Amino acid sequence: MVVTEELAELLAALCRAPGLSGREEPARQVFLDAARPLCDAVQLDPLGNAVAWRRAAEPPTGAGTAAAGARESLLIAAHADEIGFLVTAVEKGGFLRVRPVGGVDPKTVLGQAVLVHGRARFRGVIGAKPPHFTTEAEREKPVPVEELFVDTGLPEEQVREAIPPGSAVTFAGEPRALLDGRFAGRSLDNRAGVAAAVECLRRLAGRPLAVDLYVVATVQEELGFRGATAVTYRLRPSAGLAVDVTFARQPGVSEAEGVELGGGPAVAVGPVIHPAVYRRLVEVAGAVGIPYQVEAAPRHTGTDAAAIQISRAGVPAGVVSVPMRSMHAPAGVVALADVEATGRLLAEFAAGLTPGWLEEVRDGGAAGSL
Amino acid sequence: MPPAVSELAETLAALCGEPGLSGREEPVRRRVAGLLAGRVDSLRTDALGNLIAVKGAGKPGPRLMLSAHMDEVGFLVSGIDAEGYLRFVKVGGLDDRILPGKQVRVGAQGIPGVILARPPHLQKREEKERVVPATDLRIDIGARSREQAERHVAVGDSVLFDAGFAELGAGRVAGRAFDDRAGCAVLVHTLLETYPCEVVGVFTVQEEVGLRGAGPAAYAVDPQLALVLEVTGASDVPGASPEAEATALGAGPAITFIDRATLPPAALVELLVDTAQRAGIPWQWRKTVAGGTEAGRILQTRAGIPAGTVSVPCRYIHSPWAVLDLADLANTLALTRAFVERVGREAGLLEERGLLQRQG
Repeated sequence: MVVTEELAELLAALCRAPGLSGREEPARQVFLDAARPLCDAVQLDPLGNAVAWRRAAEPPTGAGTAAAGARESLLIAAHADEIGFLVTAVEKGGFLRVRPVGGVDPKTVLGQAVLVHGRARFRGVIGAKPPHFTTEAEREKPVPVEELFVDTGLPEEQVREAIPPGSAVTFAGEPRALLDGRFAGRSLDNRAGVAAAVECLRRLAGRPLAVDLYVVATVQEELGFRGATAVTYRLRPSAGLAVDVTFARQPGVSEAEGVELGGGPAVAVGPVIHPAVYRRLVEVAGAVGIPYQVEAAPRHTGTDAAAIQISRAGVPAGVVSVPMRSMHAPAGVVALADVEATGRLLAEFAAGLTPGWLEEVRDGGAAGSL
Repeated sequence: MPPAVSELAETLAALCGEPGLSGREEPVRRRVAGLLAGRVDSLRTDALGNLIAVKGAGKPGPRLMLSAHMDEVGFLVSGIDAEGYLRFVKVGGLDDRILPGKQVRVGAQGIPGVILARPPHLQKREEKERVVPATDLRIDIGARSREQAERHVAVGDSVLFDAGFAELGAGRVAGRAFDDRAGCAVLVHTLLETYPCEVVGVFTVQEEVGLRGAGPAAYAVDPQLALVLEVTGASDVPGASPEAEATALGAGPAITFIDRATLPPAALVELLVDTAQRAGIPWQWRKTVAGGTEAGRILQTRAGIPAGTVSVPCRYIHSPWAVLDLADLANTLALTRAFVERVGREAGLLEERGLLQRQG
């Protein structure tokens, strides 16, 4: 599978763009710029979700339980937000106190370069008191988040004027190509998923769809799927897929805990995943020759599917994930081939959908679907 | 930024752009040699890799040695797992708490990698409270097997944080290896001027692994006096008690009266302070006892060479991004130049202060 230069560049651009939960604009803009030529319309909702709409070739009305005039549609949700911090206070000396947004791992942030998004963008470093001020017991534990601070090097008056509380703080770092088509960088959770979603649109360009397709860069997933909740309600999809990242095997992540990096998209199975959606995903993967992995997803899956599944009267949902090492650290690793294959699986799944199938899946009583 | 300061900043940025793990200082040495070519009388590299730049050979008066170390802390690849991950060991003092999740560069080619962290979602409470030692961490360069990794990296390759140089604004800058590229930048710019006495600039190796390059260099150079140009950890940050504050950014070069390896001669310390005061250069005391510098080694070389240290205050040394104030860098250069100029110009100064061997 040859991964295009274009996809690698798109992923790098997505990774460079900041997009803290609640402040997703720069990352969202990269998505919109890439998606606009590949769809019929783009739209932003009041929370900031970015919707790229591909219209079905024929009006895809269904005769079943969908309201008359409603169009059958698939929602693909790829969250655009990333974890990071918000400034809570400016201390004497101009140092910033911060609180985490999303599941930041305090063990990975000390010494990390960051960008502070105040009235302008400032570079900073996450610091703590110097080692010779610590006791041995303190040095054996990670620095608690409350004791961390961000140092922009700027004088206190300038900081107070330019960096108000509520300013976003995101990890800084250049994306890097690793060996063998692997890729390292910040915010791969979930820019890898967003890149796969764009790849899906790219592979559908010029091909007719039998149902409407909404590819959405959602907001605030890391805080509890908040963007997905609102956008699923508004768009009323017939079915939905979350495209996210999942744990890849690495030292410390066993065969039981992760999937293979380079083994292809991980298709989730579990209580929140509609069995017919799961079956269709693996059928499609088999039919078009996309290597894939199966991943047991406990509880609510930890993805936007959790919100999609229980929207309104319920929406059949699935999850497709790009394997990723070092999730929630300032830098992680993905395989570009996995990103591309994920995009391809999404495209083929969408291309093969019919209004009839979506109606059937929506009717829980229909033979064989549940 | 005044042109002189911006040139100093450019030199610092250029030096930070070169990898130079202890024992692998060659790229830094080449860069320094390039900056000094044609501006000093001679440049040579000794058996250990120290770069020795002589200016004003044969001039009357004392021979002054100025040194700054080229090497930086980092890691060495110590092994390659069957699956292609790299094991590594620390070179120099590094805090384990800053390692997981950081991007690195491996070997002379700068092969990119990531020090993998275990996802927090999979960690139970006790694990979240535990710092992972460097020996339990692995670097991912994207290789799928040991054979594939071995086509690009080898045991013994250096590993450095993937960080360079950045301007922060308000005269502050951030960068990797400010310890001691800041000292090297000051030394380079000191050597660009001419002095009444012989000045030998030594860019040393292996300071971070036991102050190793400076002694042999001082032995060969055989100066009457030496000054070491370093950085020192500033602790003007939250959590450090102000009474115990070591040095602060913006308060000028820090003059050492004691460190772990060195008790500089009091007369030399006084001379440095006096020179700063006369020239109106801001200065501060280096107040922590932690950490030693090459001056201690030089004091024990041959029959004892008077040596002292002047340091640029610097936050977060031995981490991917340190922070310093360009005004402090410029003032450290000013103090160094003023000191050398004074020692060269004021005949008999060192004898008078008891810094040269004399009749009892």
